Amino acid sequence: MKIDPKISQKIAFTLLLLATLVVILPVALVIVVIVKEGIGAINWEFLTAMPRSGMRAGGILPAIVGTFYLVLGAILFALPVGLFSAIYLAEYAKDNWLNRAVRLAIINLAGVPSVVFGLFGLALFVTFFRFGASILAGSLTLGLMILPVVITSSREALDAVPKSFRQVSLSLGATKVQTIRYAVLPHALPGILTGTILGIGRAAGETAPILFTVAAFYLPRLPKSIFDQAMALPYHLYVLSTQVPNVDSKIRYGTALVLLAIVLTMNLVAVAIRSHFRKKKKW
Amino acid sequence: MRFKEKSVEFLIRVCGVASIFIVALIFLFLLKEGIQLFGRVSAVDFLFGRNWYPISEPGEFGILPLILGTLLVTLGASILSIPFGVAAAVYISEVAPARFKEVLKSGIELLAAIPSVVLGFIGMVTIVPWVKAAFKVPTGLTAFTGSLLLAFMAMPTIVSIAEDALHSVPKSYKEGAYALGATRWQTIRRVILPAASSGILAAIMLGIGRVVGETMAVMMVTGNSPSMPRGFFYPVRTLTATVAAEMGETVQGSDHYFALFAIGIVLFLITFAVNMAADLFLHRKKK
Repeated sequence: MKIDPKISQKIAFTLLLLATLVVILPVALVIVVIVKEGIGAINWEFLTAMPRSGMRAGGILPAIVGTFYLVLGAILFALPVGLFSAIYLAEYAKDNWLNRAVRLAIINLAGVPSVVFGLFGLALFVTFFRFGASILAGSLTLGLMILPVVITSSREALDAVPKSFRQVSLSLGATKVQTIRYAVLPHALPGILTGTILGIGRAAGETAPILFTVAAFYLPRLPKSIFDQAMALPYHLYVLSTQVPNVDSKIRYGTALVLLAIVLTMNLVAVAIRSHFRKKKKW
Repeated sequence: MRFKEKSVEFLIRVCGVASIFIVALIFLFLLKEGIQLFGRVSAVDFLFGRNWYPISEPGEFGILPLILGTLLVTLGASILSIPFGVAAAVYISEVAPARFKEVLKSGIELLAAIPSVVLGFIGMVTIVPWVKAAFKVPTGLTAFTGSLLLAFMAMPTIVSIAEDALHSVPKSYKEGAYALGATRWQTIRRVILPAASSGILAAIMLGIGRVVGETMAVMMVTGNSPSMPRGFFYPVRTLTATVAAEMGETVQGSDHYFALFAIGIVLFLITFAVNMAADLFLHRKKK
């Protein structure tokens, strides 16, 4: 029997829609559950106090501050290196073996498991450079991990700037570096910003790379220098969920909510910047 | 001025090749620590040994149960995520109305953004008790639970890369099929999907690569039992979870410490191979 193609199309499209909903709906569900269960834990004390009685009471301030320092350090490393790397790929690299090798290296760097970055950070920064388990070692490890994000999005932003901008600048007698600085970079800035913010979101949420490079199990004080260990939100959530028995589940959900809020805010800001400048684009 | 210009260009070139340098450095440092295990344990005993007893005296470092644990969880996650991921990519790229499409794409990006530890936590409080009750097993911390959770972590990768592949099929293919009287679904099935097949394959491989490397979520819901896996509804332990769970307790320079780095080498090589193969598929389509 042959089914009418119109009917089989209807069936197929309905199934495709259902499959898409299976992928999307759990996202909404996760967010709703965490907000609903976690919002009750959020108050001034929770956000600004030290944890007390073995993390079963008090606040999560050191974890928030630790994550802030780690992300700041990661981006201080990844942004300049990633941006320069993107400039090289977009403006300097010729289509040869070296360029292909760089491209493959970036793909592989993006695919290295996060726990392997942790091992690498332990071997290189903590042990070889003798930074010890510290904010410095953790930041650099996270910075390496988000490097591909920064490179890829910055490169896309640079590639999207029309060739004519460069030609005009060069024909006016500007040098190549001046052209990049004044005729290309300003127009690529929104895209670079988007990539940077996505990188920040990624760095804030990762746990495995900081396990052996910086994360402190329970450290109820604020870090004093970049050579101190620190608590961090994602690791704190892991510890609360698996290592500490009899924690009020409100504290767990509250910690998850703060982490999720930071990460999703970063993503929403990035999406907003992207769509705002896409609309404003004049070419 | 001339000097300043030159030094900026030098810096750009150095950063340009930094990625190669970093990947090489990662491999070298894993090798430097991991290789020291193989003085005491042969590579064959390491890869195919059935016992992972790292802290007994003398320790046994066979990672076969961990490899099988990773394979089992990955297999389950692939079975769940590939059909749904590819279907969602087709829907978003070819079927969804323009405005709905943007909403769905943002939803997928959001899913990709949720930290793995948060998904692990949600998995612990929702999926774990559900698996225990629904399948009447003694514990909800099973390979199946890990597969279910990891399927959702693989989907954003599969959807977004497959969507790109579908989107980059030349418009003329579609127009040709319509001109011959094909319906939209016939066009998708007979023309667009075959044309995008190598890109979709690359998407699937990268999704699987993501699953193999995922650490926190899988560690929180699979029960961490480093014995030979007996099936989907038993606790298992993956390669990544072993490293994450045990590195904190090792003594630096011990066999155990080196063995965890050796696992790192295995993980690095697996994901390296997956990424290279995926790249080959992605580039075949460009012809």
